[in-house]
Amino acid sequence: MRAPAPAYVANDGVIDTARAALGDKLLAPVEAVGEVALHVDRASLVETMVALRDTPGLEYQQLMEIAGVDYPDRGVDRFEVVYCLLSLTRNHRIRVHVQTDDEKPVPSVTGIWPVAGWLEREVYDMYGVLFSGNGDLRRILTDYGFRGHPQRKDFPLSGYVELRYSEEAKRVVYEPVALAQDFRTFDFMSPWEGAEYVLPGDEKAKLPEEKGAPTPLKADEVVKADAAASPKQASSQPKTTDSTAQSGAGKAGPDAGDKPANLDVVALKGAGTGGGQNQ
Amino acid sequence: MTEYLDQIEHRLDGEDPEVGDVEIQNYTINFGPQHPAAHGVLRLVMELDGEIVERVDPHVGLLHRGTEKLIEYKTYTQALPYFDRLDYCSPLCMEHSYVLAVEKLLDLEVPLRAQYLRVLFAELTRISNHMLNLGSHVMDVGAMTPNLWLFEIREDCMNFFERVSGARMHSAYFRPGGVHQDAPLKLLTDIADWLDTRLPRLFEDAISLVADNRIFKQRNVDIATVSRDDAIKWGFSGPMIRGSGIAWDLRKAQPYDVYAKMDFEVPVGTRGDCYDRFMVRVEEVRQSARIMKQCLRDMPEGPIASLDRKVVPPKRAEMKRSMEALIHHFKLYTEGYHVPPGDVYVATESPKGEFGVYLVADGTNKPYRCKIRPTAFSHLQAMDFMAKGHMLADTTAILGAMDIVFGECDR
Repeated sequence: MRAPAPAYVANDGVIDTARAALGDKLLAPVEAVGEVALHVDRASLVETMVALRDTPGLEYQQLMEIAGVDYPDRGVDRFEVVYCLLSLTRNHRIRVHVQTDDEKPVPSVTGIWPVAGWLEREVYDMYGVLFSGNGDLRRILTDYGFRGHPQRKDFPLSGYVELRYSEEAKRVVYEPVALAQDFRTFDFMSPWEGAEYVLPGDEKAKLPEEKGAPTPLKADEVVKADAAASPKQASSQPKTTDSTAQSGAGKAGPDAGDKPANLDVVALKGAGTGGGQNQ
Repeated sequence: MTEYLDQIEHRLDGEDPEVGDVEIQNYTINFGPQHPAAHGVLRLVMELDGEIVERVDPHVGLLHRGTEKLIEYKTYTQALPYFDRLDYCSPLCMEHSYVLAVEKLLDLEVPLRAQYLRVLFAELTRISNHMLNLGSHVMDVGAMTPNLWLFEIREDCMNFFERVSGARMHSAYFRPGGVHQDAPLKLLTDIADWLDTRLPRLFEDAISLVADNRIFKQRNVDIATVSRDDAIKWGFSGPMIRGSGIAWDLRKAQPYDVYAKMDFEVPVGTRGDCYDRFMVRVEEVRQSARIMKQCLRDMPEGPIASLDRKVVPPKRAEMKRSMEALIHHFKLYTEGYHVPPGDVYVATESPKGEFGVYLVADGTNKPYRCKIRPTAFSHLQAMDFMAKGHMLADTTAILGAMDIVFGECDR
């Protein structure tokens, strides 16, 4: 790793130890970007966590963070709950992932780490993930009486309601959001790379070719098309302009017509000669 | 009065409930959200038995601004200034976690001078944060003068931030790949002078007023003791876990940037009370000054940001002469750079504890998810068991020793 990120003990053997300790509770271990992530079974999460805390060679004593992530494209089990564990004795970090949706509860780990109480409350508040066994699953960061789960991908950035102090009612009132100006969001993606939208007017044109697509006519086809129209003669003599015959000097130009008799009088189409002078 | 004394002279409590012990119920009070000792917008719902705290239920989120949601709609560059506004008392340490997380995903090499500059200013941030916390802690328990003196130092720190980045508080100085601009030589020499003269003089003066002060000790020693086991179970970090006697410092244990080359001590407490946490922070200021001196001594010349033009925009002067630089500048400030898919959890030692960023990238120019791990969440949650059985007036000392800032707690 070239980046100066926090350096802890190498990941060697962690996955093997975890596999031995967890058995089939461990669904998929992933090692990427220098970090170990264990995807585990949701139902046996508590036993998994106890094993991760107590097994010699793992010893993750501290739960530092619980993060929710929303993947709406996954269909079933769109939410992922990520537990970031830290071992003080082995100086190592690990992540534990479980998947769920907004109905199936995740077993609470408050019995192992009391710090999980607020962390689970936050995931519930932000995503609506339920935790069975957490005795205090109230909202934590949002307003009293807030509706919805704001970190879900389908929750709009502006939210649905706004509040202000009403001088008439002498209290804070809630109203539907009314933005004076549209949210200025630009994705700035290059239209040649991965832009999903259709620019105005694009629908009239044919679908854009893929990046690096060939031109409509290939180089050898251009030559063939040219040859069909006017067959080229191979000339043994290179073109020169030594003589007037070769340069074409003295010949009438391609647009030369009859010269007018009197250069001062411009012949007008459809008018008599000399007529219209005074008009 | 004499009549009244005659009247009650031979009465016993059992016969007349009006005199002596009166049965009172527990009552609930609100501490905050507008309270000068609540260090921001904290609402503590406290159940009191007389003046003894029975239960504390902290209500947080009054400063929730949806930072994590906003970051999902911004490019990686645009997301950076949001971190300054999390813990507005130590802005550069907030940026530090984020830039390290982005660099880890990009696997980006950072020049040595940039790493030294980042460590130098992260430690300056630590000093300025501790000045605020130590000062307000002593003011919470009744001392006025040290706070004023410590704010002098904080003002000096602010001036240094302004001279290096142009902004006193919201610097946006650390960038993925390095720092935004080089520190002038005069600034570095001024910091060195300040470390040798003004900082120790002002700081030691102020601390000498409180460290051995009888009243200060009465208010802090043996208040809210936290055992080592509790500190681990409740996810403590930073001065809170060190105050409980566990020598755990991410700068030492999991060094990032050039902390591995730095020589410094990790102070620990012995009893795990508010006084220990205070004194751990006092010693950390001295150690930070030591780290800064080493940075100034060892800092090499060289580039201050990665030379990878696909991530770090070129300087303006270069842009005026080179077409390539102009294109890079335009692309990086509009579309930004694309971060390869992956997720990382990167935590650094902020002045308040472990500040982590769990960053999920999906290959586009915006973070898919950016979860911020605030230090205050685990510490404030422990308020209930720490304050139980103590007097109402002690909660300010406990809060002061926790060092909580709500910009970071509520996000």
